[in-house]
Amino acid sequence: MNTAAATVATPGPARRGLSSWEFWGRALVVPYLLIFIAFVLYPVGYGLWLARNPSSYAKLFDDPIFFRTAINTVVFVLVAVNLKMVIALGLSGFFVQSRWWIKITALVFILPWAVPSIPTILSVRFMLNPEWGVINSQIFKLTGLDGPNWLNDPTLALGFSMLMHIWKSLPFWTLIFVAGRLAIPGEQYEAASVDGATRWQKFRFITWPSMMGLYFTSTILSMIWTLGDFNSVYLLTGGGPADLTHVLATLGIRYLRLDQLELAMASIVVAMPFVLPLVYVMMKRLSK
Amino acid sequence: MSRGFSWRKVSTEAQLLLVGIPVLLWTLIPVYHLLLFAISQRDSATSGRLWPADPTLQNFGIVLGQKHFYLTHFWVQIGNSLLIAVATGLITLFVATCAAFAISRLKLRGGRTVLNLALITYFIPAAFLAVPMYKTMANYGLLNNRWSMILAMVTIAAPYCIWVLKQASDKLPWELDEAARIDGASPLQLFRLVYVPLMVPSLVAVGTYALLLAWNEYLYGFLLLSKENEIPLAVALGNFLSADDSPWELLMATGFIYALPPAAIYYAFKRYMVSGLTAGAVKS
Repeated sequence: MNTAAATVATPGPARRGLSSWEFWGRALVVPYLLIFIAFVLYPVGYGLWLARNPSSYAKLFDDPIFFRTAINTVVFVLVAVNLKMVIALGLSGFFVQSRWWIKITALVFILPWAVPSIPTILSVRFMLNPEWGVINSQIFKLTGLDGPNWLNDPTLALGFSMLMHIWKSLPFWTLIFVAGRLAIPGEQYEAASVDGATRWQKFRFITWPSMMGLYFTSTILSMIWTLGDFNSVYLLTGGGPADLTHVLATLGIRYLRLDQLELAMASIVVAMPFVLPLVYVMMKRLSK
Repeated sequence: MSRGFSWRKVSTEAQLLLVGIPVLLWTLIPVYHLLLFAISQRDSATSGRLWPADPTLQNFGIVLGQKHFYLTHFWVQIGNSLLIAVATGLITLFVATCAAFAISRLKLRGGRTVLNLALITYFIPAAFLAVPMYKTMANYGLLNNRWSMILAMVTIAAPYCIWVLKQASDKLPWELDEAARIDGASPLQLFRLVYVPLMVPSLVAVGTYALLLAWNEYLYGFLLLSKENEIPLAVALGNFLSADDSPWELLMATGFIYALPPAAIYYAFKRYMVSGLTAGAVKS
């Protein structure tokens, strides 16, 4: 479609010297370029320059918190994202059903995405409070036993952070997959029904082949964004107990707050070998 | 007798309900708990009840009247959130529309490169960029100035907006530009009289996206701003956590007020948002 547009454009009537069209073409990208240079190029360059010293990395690898954080991050990204994507794909099949009550459910389901994350994350944090949280109060009422100290157990705490992340972003990805499913021609399903295909066969041979590309693109994009999810961990666990639930997003900020800027940058640079291939794949897919 | 009834149909509906009910519970529990706290008195809120003993709106009265030590700047802070969100929305809209117009309609040479730079920025995890961004803002002398947050939010919002607007621009019929050129229109006239009017739905979607992004943002505000009268409400909410015995019911009431405008905007512009997001976020 670009080629058609370009052939019409080039022999246009106004082409004297650096035409006003070319002038304005350049002038109008200047605002964005200024933003990019001042707030992306300069910070990234400056950050890399700060992270140039090998001793920062030695210090980073000596920090026991970093090792734990690296594992947490990998677990967070692999488990939370894939779990979320599989659920979203499944739920999109539920939300394309035409029922009046499913339409209403869809409106409610979008809430976590529509509201800011702080109030809801703090709400969950309070639910999990060991002394006065509603969960342990109900456990006590029903069984007479004290419930676990949820967020004081690193594994449970990280698990709840992942659930929080899924709670927040599941609606978005479900919507994406609903759009993907609605783009599949209905006749294919009708024909399959006539041939007596089971629900699984319809999914396997109609839905999945046309959704596969979308599914993988979404998974990669979600992995990149999930690496930057600061709120789900910081606001729920604060990185605790004993700094055992940090992910890279919160660890970098922790070093920054402790005035250890070089360590903060080093912890981000260390993630680049994992991030850049994902970014590369996304760039390839989006600039087709 | 109606033959519409069949066990097969009942079983399908039952299966759908078996999905729908857990989905509703999963979605609503944190929201319900938030509301429960917001309308409970202090001792009722922390007694683990599923329904408040004496539902009350007095928490909202305390918040709106700024009658608590944590809330003395409530109105200033909600004003800051509004200022930052609106400024981010407008500046992003301006920057992104100009760039998309230049790349898509004026066929700027090197436009593809600009677009790729924007896309790469879109793929930097926000929390990673925050670290050097903090230092940069300090170098520019903008720390503790609301402009630092506005500019940071524009930086983060603009790439996606440029990309969505570029996709939408490419779909406009090229004959319009042709006709405008033949009639002797200048580029700016084409922009103002033809391009912007035709792009209104996308501009609404993109402006709303940037506005909500800035209103909802916590991390950047937390890093870049610290004075009580300059922080947005999001950061003020986080500050409640600094003490062990903060007034949690007031925190939840404030959080509820804070969450209302974006939710209202989201549902009001849902049509734009959903089509914009699904068209833009992932092109399979």
